[in-house]
Amino acid sequence: MNNLFVICEMDNGHVADISLELITKGHKLAGELGCSVEALVMGHGLKGVEKELFAYGADTVWLADDKRLEHYTSLPYTSIAKGLFEEEKPQIALLGATSFGRDLGPRVSSALHSGLTADCTALEIGEHTDKKKGKTYKNLLLQIRPAFGGNIIATIINPENKPQMATVREGVMKKEKCREPRKGEVKKVDVDKYIQPGDMVVKVLERHMEESKIDLKGASVIVSGGYGVGSRENFDLLYELAEVIGAEVGASRAAVDAGFADHDRQIGQTGVTVRPKLYIACGISGQVQHLAGMQESAMIISVNNDPNAPINQIADYAIIGEIESVIPKMIKYYKENSK
Amino acid sequence: MKKSYRIIVLAKQVPDTRNVGKDAMKADGTVNRAVLPAIFNPEDLNALEQALRIKDRFPGSHITMLTMGPPRAAEIIREGLYRGADDGYLLTDRAFAGSDTLATSYALSRAILKIGDFDLILAGRQAIDGDTAQVGPQVAEKLKIAQVSYAEEILEIKKEKVTVKRRLEKGVEIVEAPTPLLITVTGSAPACRPRNAKLIMKYKRATTLSERQGISEDYISIYNDRPFLNLPEWNVTDIDADPAQLGLSGSPTKVKKIENVVFQAKEAKVLQDSDADINWLMKELITNHTLG
Repeated sequence: MNNLFVICEMDNGHVADISLELITKGHKLAGELGCSVEALVMGHGLKGVEKELFAYGADTVWLADDKRLEHYTSLPYTSIAKGLFEEEKPQIALLGATSFGRDLGPRVSSALHSGLTADCTALEIGEHTDKKKGKTYKNLLLQIRPAFGGNIIATIINPENKPQMATVREGVMKKEKCREPRKGEVKKVDVDKYIQPGDMVVKVLERHMEESKIDLKGASVIVSGGYGVGSRENFDLLYELAEVIGAEVGASRAAVDAGFADHDRQIGQTGVTVRPKLYIACGISGQVQHLAGMQESAMIISVNNDPNAPINQIADYAIIGEIESVIPKMIKYYKENSK
Repeated sequence: MKKSYRIIVLAKQVPDTRNVGKDAMKADGTVNRAVLPAIFNPEDLNALEQALRIKDRFPGSHITMLTMGPPRAAEIIREGLYRGADDGYLLTDRAFAGSDTLATSYALSRAILKIGDFDLILAGRQAIDGDTAQVGPQVAEKLKIAQVSYAEEILEIKKEKVTVKRRLEKGVEIVEAPTPLLITVTGSAPACRPRNAKLIMKYKRATTLSERQGISEDYISIYNDRPFLNLPEWNVTDIDADPAQLGLSGSPTKVKKIENVVFQAKEAKVLQDSDADINWLMKELITNHTLG
């Protein structure tokens, strides 16, 4: 009772990375709260998924394994989470800020009348004093998220309503296995008990999912382009550099909106969050929306013709120059001097 | 085949956060709304377009705009009327101020129940001031109806069945759902058609009662002659809402703290576009194994 729940998401028969990131974070938060971490997995053919969840820090894994849950639809998943939460009364419930979590989370929060904060980038445990009521709340979940297009960072709390619910952006928290091998408890969810008549009305007719070949999150070096790159053709220079040095190509929202790069390369608040060893920002001015998605890169090199571009504020090296001139020089030196 | 549909479009007036300049933040770290233009939330326009396409296919369908906000948000209803919506309601009351997504969805669901009969509710996936994508699903849950989020296109409607293409992170899903249904539409859906010149002529004087405060008596008569120019405003009492579930006090989530985004400034080493500088940097990167 009163534990921390993670509503997990399945991806091709495996627990999705975002869910493991949340279990990792949940394990740390639960340590501070002195409660345990429970994972709720819904789907079909879930045998064995508990092992992975235990390894990342789950103490209990609830399996709702049923043919009817093979593909996600809002209503039956909501009924199960709502029903289980009414019995287990979690103090915290976390989901990924994915199309899954952002569809299911609000539905569950609305059904339970509990507060939900979207797209958190950090979670902490802390206290809050309501001066009007003269009341101090201890051990609250502090839900930290960018707002207003990334221009402000807000800390949100749900002092009175439980569970305190939050969705968390993919990739901003690290997934990390626990050092010690762990064992936990598997509990079967009695699906029939929770699914309501009328829950199965939405039918998934077709699904075309593509494994994206672009792996920005896993890349150790990223060459990224902004609006300043100027054209789709100029982006080819970035691809060439990336090919030579073994990097992935990313883009800012402005570059994607301008049609220079595809949507799945977008880095920033409305895109992927990355933390590579090296981030080469080409023609990126450095809007906060973009910086939010790459500021944790170990080293940042900016290539920009504007010495006053905001990106230079957070860069380790700022090369002042035109992309068409700088990038070929980098390619040439690397080709001649790497082993 | 059913001949027409009743559609409610949820739309929000938002500050344009996409082009935030330096003066958008006040010195105390709060948002200076005065300098941000108020616009029709972009994805709500995508939703409106999907509604208009249904009306194109099934003439006689009826589109109702529903928005919540300060009195000036009546502009959203007019923008809807200019593009082909039939009528609209503005939810406005000080008691709504400070509502979080749950309180907002409660207010909207009360208003929808008051509007009454509907087949579809269409809304943008999310609003650009909050980016939460929560209000749509929360409204659907309050109304106990099915939802389809992330819709890119409504492919087909036959009687009480709607086929929708959803755009997800990794691909596309086609789902079939029954009416009554709430659909949230993404920005990758077709853009909304422009305002129609004839409709602008027809509705340019459409106003709410509070917008008509202080205008001359001569004008008032046109609202009696043409009732469609009267945009209804609803307050908490009009929608039979429980004030305890509204506004700041009725919202489970509270803002504890707001901070301006400040990035840790580093002292960047400035290099020029010369062979010497760039070769030096590349050598550094290779030597310290950042590359290779």
